[in-house]
Amino acid sequence: MIDVLYFAWLRERIGAPKEQIETNATTVEELVAELREKSEAHALAFSDVSAVRVAVDQELTEFTASISGAREVAFFPPMTGG
Amino acid sequence: MSVRVQIEPFDAGEELRLFSEGAKGAGAIVTFSGVVRDEDGSLEAMEIEHYPGMTESALENIRNEAMSRWSLSSVLIIHRYGALKAGEQIMMVATASRHRADAFAAAEFLMDYLKSRAPFWKKEFGSTGEKWVEARDEDEASLKRW
Repeated sequence: MIDVLYFAWLRERIGAPKEQIETNATTVEELVAELREKSEAHALAFSDVSAVRVAVDQELTEFTASISGAREVAFFPPMTGG
Repeated sequence: MSVRVQIEPFDAGEELRLFSEGAKGAGAIVTFSGVVRDEDGSLEAMEIEHYPGMTESALENIRNEAMSRWSLSSVLIIHRYGALKAGEQIMMVATASRHRADAFAAAEFLMDYLKSRAPFWKKEFGSTGEKWVEARDEDEASLKRW
């Protein structure tokens, strides 16, 4: 089981801030491919991943990153702090 | 605490006073405050979302990076989340150093990294509805100078 978190417009499109996913995916890319199949909302949220950033266990990383052993994967748009 | 993520408003003047007190011996103190723009009166409110846990560690990392690159005696980062109105303080950074060059450079570095590498997202509510603030290419590009 892995916690998948969504922020900002990804959270709004998916309709939830968090879900627990049973997955065999070993990379972020594989996880995204599985998530896209879950619902139309998921497919829409992940239709253009160039607009999406990812953190694995709260560390910013790339879509090619491994999620083996990870507890938490978060998806969000580019950050707008400051 | 030199890194604070909070929902409550803060008093930038009071924060500067406390920071200066704790930075004895520094010859230069630079502060930057970010304030919610009113966008010529069209902005009614702003909501800032963040990623609890990751936000604190990202800010801590950015602070440590600044401390290792420049000669600084102290660094303060305060960033708010939640509902804010036009004119309210969003965030503040302060840097203290023996000389001004390090204090200015570190403050700019902190701001550039806070913009694009700290997990905050701003949503604006105005007369024409609500919209997520989009990241600007210039903000991403300005990271390259460091």
